Amino acid sequence: MGELRLMKGNEAVAEAAIRAGCDGYFGYPITPQSEVMEYLMAEKPHERTGMVVLQAESETASINMLYGAAGTGKMVLTSSSSPGISLMQEGLSYMAGAELPAVIVNVVRGGPGLGTIQPSQADYFQAVKGGGHGDYKMIVLAPASVQEMCDHVKTGFDLAFKYRTPVMILSDGAIGQMMEKVVLFDPIPRRTDEELIKQNPWAATGKPKDREHIIITSLDLDPAGQERVNLKLQAKYRTMEENEVLYETLNCEDAEYAFVAFGLSARICQKSMDLARARGIKVGLFRPITLFPFPVKQLNDLGKKVKGMLVVEMNAGQMIEDVKLSVGCSIKIEHFGRFGGIIPTPDEVVKALETQIIGG
Amino acid sequence: MEEPFVKTEIRKDENIVYKRTNLLVDRPLSYCPGCGHGVVHRMLMETLEEMDAQQNTIGVGPVGCSVLAYDFMNIDMLGAAHGRAPALATAIKRLWPNKFVFTYQGDGDLAAIGTAETIHACNRGENFTIIFINNGIYGMTGGQMAPTTLPGMRSSTSPYGRDVATMGNPLKITELIATLPGVHYVTRQAVHTPNHVRKTKKALRKAFEIQKENKGITFVEVVSNCNSGWKMTPVQSNKWMEENMFPFYPLGDIKVDGKLIEKKEAAGKE
Repeated sequence: MGELRLMKGNEAVAEAAIRAGCDGYFGYPITPQSEVMEYLMAEKPHERTGMVVLQAESETASINMLYGAAGTGKMVLTSSSSPGISLMQEGLSYMAGAELPAVIVNVVRGGPGLGTIQPSQADYFQAVKGGGHGDYKMIVLAPASVQEMCDHVKTGFDLAFKYRTPVMILSDGAIGQMMEKVVLFDPIPRRTDEELIKQNPWAATGKPKDREHIIITSLDLDPAGQERVNLKLQAKYRTMEENEVLYETLNCEDAEYAFVAFGLSARICQKSMDLARARGIKVGLFRPITLFPFPVKQLNDLGKKVKGMLVVEMNAGQMIEDVKLSVGCSIKIEHFGRFGGIIPTPDEVVKALETQIIGG
Repeated sequence: MEEPFVKTEIRKDENIVYKRTNLLVDRPLSYCPGCGHGVVHRMLMETLEEMDAQQNTIGVGPVGCSVLAYDFMNIDMLGAAHGRAPALATAIKRLWPNKFVFTYQGDGDLAAIGTAETIHACNRGENFTIIFINNGIYGMTGGQMAPTTLPGMRSSTSPYGRDVATMGNPLKITELIATLPGVHYVTRQAVHTPNHVRKTKKALRKAFEIQKENKGITFVEVVSNCNSGWKMTPVQSNKWMEENMFPFYPLGDIKVDGKLIEKKEAAGKE
């Protein structure tokens, strides 16, 4: 078993990056995620593993630093919060187009605009449906604990390199700021440049005599060529849908109703579930861990067993669209949400279940 | 078929005194006839070949006329989003400190949409080389006004000439960058005559030699024509460039060994 520590979610991301063998972090301060870079700067990972940490002049710059580094096969991370992630959409689209691996952490805060610094889940659409221009997807992981903030960094890098894709960790201000115990995985040594070149023959690492020069780009001016690029990306996304779905269920075996929630909302729903069950309501919890690829089949199966689903989100109803597309119209599916940085209480979630689903 | 005008018997290795560098890919350039890009590409690739740096170089291309530079330069390259090349190069050089890293950017890319990335990479004193092609116009998108378009100069978005009262003044970004402590070498050159081509190549060599020593940003501006965008013949455009661009963007070294060259001297010296 690894080392046990009490940490903030943001700190766990930073420590996990060092331990995962990350080569570089590029970021820009924004509340509520600034502890990621603060921890890294204090920890001096350059001395521990050789990892580079740089404070960029903007989120636009930091995502493009990621693009540059990822194009040379390096394992790189950035983190930000909603307004900063909006600035990064250009770079994310380019990275998806050029098929570059990287992990991007969004510690979501309430919006729109400058919004608030309190937790929110209102960036679901932006993360899952694309955000930037063009037909692309990212793998999106939704941690519900500080432990998962740590573990998803490692999972994220594995998936990013397996599929040559940006991976987003969609967290929120509460998970980023709260302290919990976390079991840290054992450090993995950073890859040497020789290992990197061998493992990533696609990367721009300097042209030796015996291979063609490598071009990292998302440009193909020939529409037939660009369509081939798109078809290749779509085929990759279908493979992810087949192989990479992660989810968790609690008390779904005997459930008549189900909460469907991700991240912090799922933590609240756990308590709501206990409260409801104490009153004799047989409710379970379905928690998607990957928001893309979405657990379509698993939710469809659950839809055949329960009478209704309450989708609980800290937004105005975003994931509910994917839940409805997964389950269909056979049962009642309703949304309950609080917005703008308000976290729902377990009691109001139970009340919503009773009024919108059971009594509704 | 016979080739009456080509004496094939003299095509022998020992007779070759000048040829296309192996670091340029053997394919037609996408640039307009008369444009300076092709010459700068060649000088840059010759420089890297002479330094035996093919395997040790990672280049970053821009968005603009030279967006396809990576198709012509036979080295590993990344195509950046518009203006972001210095951010890419920053990370690449930090993670591959033993490689030569350069960006190749036009005026719209470097001095408008990428101003923040340019200035901050320069101010941090990143150890890469910026090659800046300044033709005072957006060439690829069809001749729109650029940050470096001269006062009164016509473009498709300043059809009556750049009116500085409403469109602002041209940005002398090279002089601005030269004032930053992270910048070690700044020069402004041209490629419209053989003499200027030789000077540009010398400047490129100097920039990459300095990069080896990790002394900070090296910045080579090349003032170039855009005969298509300026609506002139190549010969006319070079003459116009000498008469109008050079007085505003005087050729010569601007900063050497981390020290600014006196203005008087810079203006008079080519």
